Amino acid sequence: MTITAATPTGSLPHPVIIWIAQLRAWVFLCLLIVSFEIWARAAEGTSFIFNIYNIQSIAVFATAPLLLALGQTFVIISSGIDLSLGFVMGLSSVIAAHASNYVTARYGVPPFAGMLLAILAGTLIAFVPGLVNGLLIAHLQIPPFIGTLGMYGVARGAAYLFAGGMTVAIDNPWFSAIGNGRVYGVPVLVIITAATCLVMHYMLSQTRFGQHTYAFGASKVAARRAGINVKRLTVKIYLLSALGAGLAGAMYTGRFTAGAAQAGEPLLLDSIAAVVIGGASLFGGSGTIWGTIAGALVIAVIQYGLVFINVEPFWQFIAVGAVIIVSVLVDQAQRGLTGGREVE
Amino acid sequence: MSSSEPILSVRNVSKSFGAVQALNQVSFDVHAGQVVALAGDNGAGKSTIIKAISGVFHHDVGDILLGGKPIDFATPHEARANGIETIYQDLALADNLSIGENIFLGREPKRKLFGVLPILDRKAMAEAAQGAMASLDFHVTRLDAPAGAFSGGQRQAIAIGRAIYWNARLVIMDEPTAALGVPEQRRVLALVKNLRGQGKGIIFISHNLRDIFEVADEIVVFRRGENAGVRKPSEATHEDIVRLMVGG
Repeated sequence: MTITAATPTGSLPHPVIIWIAQLRAWVFLCLLIVSFEIWARAAEGTSFIFNIYNIQSIAVFATAPLLLALGQTFVIISSGIDLSLGFVMGLSSVIAAHASNYVTARYGVPPFAGMLLAILAGTLIAFVPGLVNGLLIAHLQIPPFIGTLGMYGVARGAAYLFAGGMTVAIDNPWFSAIGNGRVYGVPVLVIITAATCLVMHYMLSQTRFGQHTYAFGASKVAARRAGINVKRLTVKIYLLSALGAGLAGAMYTGRFTAGAAQAGEPLLLDSIAAVVIGGASLFGGSGTIWGTIAGALVIAVIQYGLVFINVEPFWQFIAVGAVIIVSVLVDQAQRGLTGGREVE
Repeated sequence: MSSSEPILSVRNVSKSFGAVQALNQVSFDVHAGQVVALAGDNGAGKSTIIKAISGVFHHDVGDILLGGKPIDFATPHEARANGIETIYQDLALADNLSIGENIFLGREPKRKLFGVLPILDRKAMAEAAQGAMASLDFHVTRLDAPAGAFSGGQRQAIAIGRAIYWNARLVIMDEPTAALGVPEQRRVLALVKNLRGQGKGIIFISHNLRDIFEVADEIVVFRRGENAGVRKPSEATHEDIVRLMVGG
């Protein structure tokens, strides 16, 4: 009997190096903040990051794309994509506004309960597009890109129809406080988003659902042969991403005291960008919630920081675009470094 | 060996797909600690019979007995739960997961964090992986490495390690050496012998007669969905087997 050492082919780097490579979005975020800090001090004589107003603004700025990106992380790890999230968010925003007005006008529900019911209604309406997306992709074998593109149109039309082509104003002090209030200086939106991040991180890294999402994204055959119900898994993934968009929509309504069909329109691509900058591969099988949080913050810091240092706002599109391309290049280089197989 | 009760007994099993008779009155036995090789040309019925055994589809007529009891599994999952593990040519590993995570895929163990929050027990998975791989004489140096970082033969070992950990009684290996280089093929054949030494029943499918003659205790030859004959490697030549395969 000979003992054979099963050493990975090619030299696998030290675990610490792999860990740092996975956290590269955070490293990039720190570099970005330092750069803005230096620029702000040199050009304007003010501090960028040691400024509570800036921190609060960036954090609030990041909440909406992040709420979309959290669910999108699961979808992208499963090697899918959800293009409907922007207008699912808009639909939820409109429904939350209507619900808030309806329960107050019709039943005289007090503002606090009205706020809870409105958030619930806005979040739960997202169940419908999420479920349809999941069923189309899992049971009718429609490619995620096409299925969710169809839902993009359906949710968009439905949102504008429910809104009557206008924004739907609300008048509920509690709902507005959710979107604009602070607890000990921390915006309520940030607290809600942070709690959602924790739940999503737990689901992705510590449950069978998360583990199966990774396996399914890497090899659908392996997942199926391991006895995983891949159809149910797919439905769950698209439901989760839609519910995140639903929550984002309800939060939008609180923040701007109005529901709007176009609430999430510019955020869809930001959500995908955040996931990719965070280190997920669009081929599936890799990505983390921590990375996505860093990705969303990178985008928020670039957008807010460029305005802060008085650069023309259109440069932010170019900057974010360049960061997306660079992160994909870094991801490919890291795959070679850590011995992962090339995707052919 | 043939005196003991067989682990698996296939009795006069037939299966047709529409007008095509894929299996016609096929019979063979697999005993504990025995490697039974299925030989035959393409379309001879080798894949059909293992799919009937492993729950991919039902057979029409005849009996498949596992440990003396008739079985007709509805899904591969059910077959695995009853101790039948199938190792595929293309492996079916998730390349992004570690060895332990692959062994436990679909059946992950959990523990309670702070006594309340259920989380995946990655330590238990890694330890079990180390144990299962050690029983195959593989000492794994990096348990955190993704399965994709290992070579073809090592990946076969991971798939076999999964069968060992879950205490499979019957291991079905479909062309386990097909995609490998020569040194790795030797390694996998050694693994098959190791499995036999652990008392598993093994169904070994291969196109390569040299491999079959090296590991098999018994060679069951199929031709056009029928039993063409059973030979022991010690009492037959390659030519005998080929003659049975092609007829004549």
